Amino acid sequence: MHIFICDFLLDIVQNSYEAGSTEVFLTLEEDDTLLVCTVEDNGKGMDEDLKARVLDPFVTDGVKHKKRKVGLGLPFLVQACSACEGSFSLHSELGQGTKVTCSFPLNHVDTPPFGDLPSTLLALMSHPLADELVVKRTLATVKGEGGYELSKRELTDILGQLTSSGTLNLLKEFLVSQEEDLKPLYVPHSPLLA
Amino acid sequence: MAKMTLEELRKLRNEKQAAIQKRDIEGKDSRIVIGMGTCGIAAGAKVVLDTFLEVLDEHKLENVSVTQTGCMGLCYVEPTIEVLVPGMPDTIYGNVDAETAKKIVEQHVIGKQLVTDHLFDRPAADIIQKDGGR
Repeated sequence: MHIFICDFLLDIVQNSYEAGSTEVFLTLEEDDTLLVCTVEDNGKGMDEDLKARVLDPFVTDGVKHKKRKVGLGLPFLVQACSACEGSFSLHSELGQGTKVTCSFPLNHVDTPPFGDLPSTLLALMSHPLADELVVKRTLATVKGEGGYELSKRELTDILGQLTSSGTLNLLKEFLVSQEEDLKPLYVPHSPLLA
Repeated sequence: MAKMTLEELRKLRNEKQAAIQKRDIEGKDSRIVIGMGTCGIAAGAKVVLDTFLEVLDEHKLENVSVTQTGCMGLCYVEPTIEVLVPGMPDTIYGNVDAETAKKIVEQHVIGKQLVTDHLFDRPAADIIQKDGGR
């Protein structure tokens, strides 16, 4: 099972990489009560027919795993969003790219915990198929507003290839410091029991 | 920790580069490949990636390549990882959790001994425990 919201993000952004995207945008907009996540890519996209079927857990193109019925992981996300009365939408155009938007109300009892964002971003940034990943994270709560923006190209310009343990630990330190900076703005979320 | 700027990151990088060049390059050419497909993520592969980096950092191994791949097709023993260390057989471990990851670094990458209770595939059928120690 995917436990954290971050697990879903890690899974979904990888789809964009595997769709041959040269640019992927991951946007995380959070306020006191809602987290809205958007994954947008310029990969190969899907036609109407595939788009209609892709939320079926057993639909596959049969290329990556011959004879196995495994899909894109999207049904897990749909399930998680609907369990906590969040939203999910999928826009895709063949040859143009795909955009997945989902939202999680943060005070719902069935909303998954957010998870470890810096380590998720580390995994996404260092993914071998990631050409460019732009991350925009914003947090606006009663305590104030903040955010950060990251670009894989910018980071590899400084760090070189993101493969060796030393480089990855340095990147991790950088990513942790970005999120740490937002910690004073965190607000507790207590589930509203109906 | 204050928010690090890109300039500070560059500076740290340069300092670290200089330190690495002075030190013996232990771990060079060793590779750890982590299966990070839907199945791997669901089984905790990200925690395993985090642990590998932490333990490598503890042992000051800066030159081990840590990369990800999709599902290796062994969804029933996830998280699966492949370890390639010069002078050792290429090895696939199954059911790797944080504790096993630590053991793999200390025993396999550093100690050059196989972690036999999690061997899933290779080097020889008779020393592999069924299903990688599941």
